[in-house]
This record gives sequence, structure tokens and C-alpha cells, in this order.
Amino acid sequence: MSLDRSDVEKIAHLARLAISDEEKDRYAADLSNILDLVAQMNAVDTEGVTPMAHPLHMAQRLRADEPTEPNQRELFQGIAPATEDGLYLVPKVIE
Amino acid sequence: MHDKTIAELAAGLRSGDFSSLELTKHHLARIERLDPRLNSFITLAAEKALEAAANADAVLRRGEGGPLTGIPIAHKDIFCTRGIKTSCGSHMLENFVAPYSATVVERLELAGAVVLGKTNMDEFAMGSSNETSYYGPVKNPWDEQAVPGGSSGGSAAAVAAGLCVAATGTDTGGSIRQPAALCGITGLKPTYGRVSRWGMIAFASSLDQAGPMTRSAADAAELLQVMAGFDPRDSTSADEPISDYRSGLDEDITGLRIGLPKEYFGEGLDSGVAAALEAAVDEYRELGATISEISLPNSPLSVPTYYVVAPAECSSNLARYDGVRYGHRCQDPKDLEDLYKRSRSEGFGPEVKRRIMIGTYVLSAGYYDAYYLKAQKIRHLISDDFRRAFEQVDVIMGPTAPGTAFALGDKTDNPVAMYLNDIYTIAANLAGLPAMSVPLATVDGKPAGLQIIGNYFQEGRLLNVAHRLQQATDWHLARPAGFE
Repeated sequence: MSLDRSDVEKIAHLARLAISDEEKDRYAADLSNILDLVAQMNAVDTEGVTPMAHPLHMAQRLRADEPTEPNQRELFQGIAPATEDGLYLVPKVIE
Repeated sequence: MHDKTIAELAAGLRSGDFSSLELTKHHLARIERLDPRLNSFITLAAEKALEAAANADAVLRRGEGGPLTGIPIAHKDIFCTRGIKTSCGSHMLENFVAPYSATVVERLELAGAVVLGKTNMDEFAMGSSNETSYYGPVKNPWDEQAVPGGSSGGSAAAVAAGLCVAATGTDTGGSIRQPAALCGITGLKPTYGRVSRWGMIAFASSLDQAGPMTRSAADAAELLQVMAGFDPRDSTSADEPISDYRSGLDEDITGLRIGLPKEYFGEGLDSGVAAALEAAVDEYRELGATISEISLPNSPLSVPTYYVVAPAECSSNLARYDGVRYGHRCQDPKDLEDLYKRSRSEGFGPEVKRRIMIGTYVLSAGYYDAYYLKAQKIRHLISDDFRRAFEQVDVIMGPTAPGTAFALGDKTDNPVAMYLNDIYTIAANLAGLPAMSVPLATVDGKPAGLQIIGNYFQEGRLLNVAHRLQQATDWHLARPAGFE
């Protein structure tokens, strides 16, 4: 499996990463090598095998739909890069 | 004082031979003197540690407290600690102080342990050499030109060098066991779900598990006793009874059935490590165990399978670092997309970006069945190998890592070569089984590890089997020169 610069650009965009032009060839080579390693899986016949979703085959535990956490907005927003009036600030998204 | 077992230290604290304050100051002084050589700590919490030690002394004077009261430990910097920075080895979280503590941290605090600080690690636990840390590599105390292993390399080096009595670690594909092997200490990865993941920064949620890193199996039993147990805040926490790990340590192992997977002793295993393993197997024979060869036919697929499952889960988990709610934010973003992209690119290092991109690719439209679904099916085959093996044997033994500690910089340019370091450890994570690493005889002056894999929730048996070896041999008592 070989990825090129344009594949790296597409993947980086999906992952919301900015990859500089100088880095693209290196990432293309590294990611291709990792996919070559992963390609060993193709030799295995997995017809009829159930995918393993949980190591202990446990079902997701559910709890009663009741509030368990107190409101700690100020504490949690205390570590945010930018807030105002209890809201997180981001660049303007609606003109 | 820094070379005693937890039981010896607890007895010394109770009899008044020394106080927790003295013990804590002793370790802080060692960190100050020796850690500039190792770089095993990212953040020291000296003031809080002294306060906790004074509190522990008050508890002890009242004749109260437990086996960990007043014992100085360190946490891998992946566990959230209220009031102490949690960086996860990343620039992304350089200034992150979590508003709450992980369950593991809370439990150890409640047990009276004194936290000296937070240990260095590969960035977001992605690495096998501790070289992906934003805070610089950790040096192996046995050879300062060599890596300590990873990702819990800081914890392993600090315990091996006697900078703390014990430390916590996490293991997604070998991150407790491999550094334990390379630094000559004991490390245990419990069954998936045995220890709460709440407040432990997520890498690959179906594989991540926390465990103790110590100088002996007996010490590991003391820590695990406190760390293990059901936690309603972790939806994958196992609600299974916990045995008394301490009282099970001395159980007779006559008749123990040990399986040696032939796939773990083939090409790629260092001959010195193979010889050290043989000596350990001979010890077990002397102790009354029976040895047989077994096969885990799908184990060569562990690494390829892991490098789909782990990056896929990592790409989802690390999507939360967006520069909005916490963590690094770029300067002057021109729009929201620029904010996301630049904050993430500046905050993450190259290995984390590689894994996020691999994960994004294998989960992207059109590729899911060929990669993620295929990997989850092979994971089932790998897990079935173990199920069949445990019908014949009680524990499985083999090497922890293919060799001893390699030189710093040796594998940093070749991600795939680095990944192959975890060739023997990954299968236990994929299957969710408990596994530990205990020191073998050193090979050319460097530590090597024996891996012991057990059946689900058999941590007590693993500790017992490891402890019996440590009673019969003195391999775990070897200490790196210059750190006596």
C-alpha cells in the first residue's frame, strides 16, 4: 500500500492537522510503511469470524438516567484558553 | 532507605525507625541529585509530598493507616492529578491542570501513599522508548546511552534508580511490561477492566489498562490491592471480586502448568535473553512446575492488528484536543478550521500525528471493512488462541521484549522497527489478559524480562508465580551502578 502527497493532504484534512509541504513526503513514506506492516492481515481467512468488540465480550453497562454530576462550569472553564460569560470563545463562524 | 521493600518500609514507619517525612525527604533529595541524569520526572510535587508525609506521620502515630501509608510513589503523567500539572508527555497539555483526580490517584491517596511527582512518558503513551516525549527522552539507569523502554519509561527508570518506592504505569501494547523489562523491575498489566480508567488520559480505549511498577512482585501486590476494583465512573470497569493478593503470594506452585509458546522463542529473540529465559524456566522446574510447549498460531498477527486498532481508537480519542476547551491553542486563528488545524499540529509531535493519520485513514469511508473490521476479526482469532492454551496450561511464559535496552536514537527514524519491540506484549492487550514482566538475570550487564501471561482476573496467580521466582533467585535485587 503506497500513499502519496495528495493522500497525506486528504487524511490530514480529515484529521484536522496542518502538515507542511516539507513534511508531506516523509509522512507519505512513514504511513505507507505502516500500511505495509498492516497488510499482513490480508493473508488471513476471516470468513465467518465475529469481530471482537470487547476483550471480555461484555455488554455496555447502563445506569439510571439521573443526574450524577454537579454543575462545575467555572472549574472546568478555568482551564479553557478563552471564555466569556460562561461560553467558550472561538473565531466567528457565522457572518 | 530507598532499597527496602514496601513491607519493610511499612514496618519501619510503624516502629518509628524513621518517619514518612524523613523517607519522603530522602527520596526528594535523591531525585534532585540523580534525576538530572535520567530525566524521569516531568513535574515534581515536593511541597504537596511533604504535606502528605506529615499527614501520614500523624495517622501512623495514632496507630492507624495501612501498608501504603507514608510510602513515596510517583504517577505516570497520564493520570489526572487535581492541583498538579498533567502533561501526558505532550506540548498539547503543557499547562493542563486537571480539575479532578483519576480513580487510581484517589485510591492511592486514600491509602496514604505520598505522591512525589509525575513521571516522563512517550507522548500520549505512543512509543516504546520514551523518545517521543515533548519533555525529552528518559535515560536508562543501567546504561545512560540506552532507552528505558516506553511508554512508561519515566516510571520504570525512577523505580529502578530508587527515586521512588513504586510508580503507576499504563499499558496499551506493552507500555508497563517492556520498560519494566528494560529497566530491571517488576510490572503488571492487569485484566482489561480490572483497574479503573477514569481520569487516565485515553489512548486506545479497548486496550488501555493501568498497573503497578515496582521492584518486586510483593510490592506490586500491595499497590494492585489498592488500585484494583469496580468503579461506576468507568463504564468498562469490571465488577469482579478481588482476591487478597498479599496472602496469595506464598502459595505453593507444585504442579503449576507452564506453557511456552513456540512462536515466542523463534527468530528475532536475542540469544542472551533466550539463555536467561531458560535459566528461569529451570528454576520453575525446580519449584515443581511442569513445562510444555504450546502454540499461539495467530500471534505473529498481533503487531499488524494492533497498528489498526490502536491508531483507530487514538484518532477518535484525540479528536477532543481542538484548542477550544483546554490544552494548546494557536495564536491568532483566522477561522475555526485554522484554529483546529494549527492548535493540533503545534500541540502534537510526529509520532502522535502519524498514529492519528493512520487511524483516520483506516476508519475513513470505504476502508473500514478492509482494516478496522478485519483487525477486530483477527483479534478474535488471537484471543481464541489463548482460550485454547489456557485449557492446557495455567500460565504462559516467554520473553517480554526481543532484546535488552537499545541505544537512544537507534530506532527513532524507523517507526515500524520501533513497533516490533512490542511483538511479545501486544497479544495480551488485544485479548484483554493480565500479564506481567519480572527481571531475569542480566544479559551483558543489562536487564531482561520474563513475561508471564495469565487467564482473565488471575492477577493473584501471576503475582504468586512471580513471587516464588523472586524468593528462589536474586535477579530482581540487582541494582544499576551509580544509583545504590
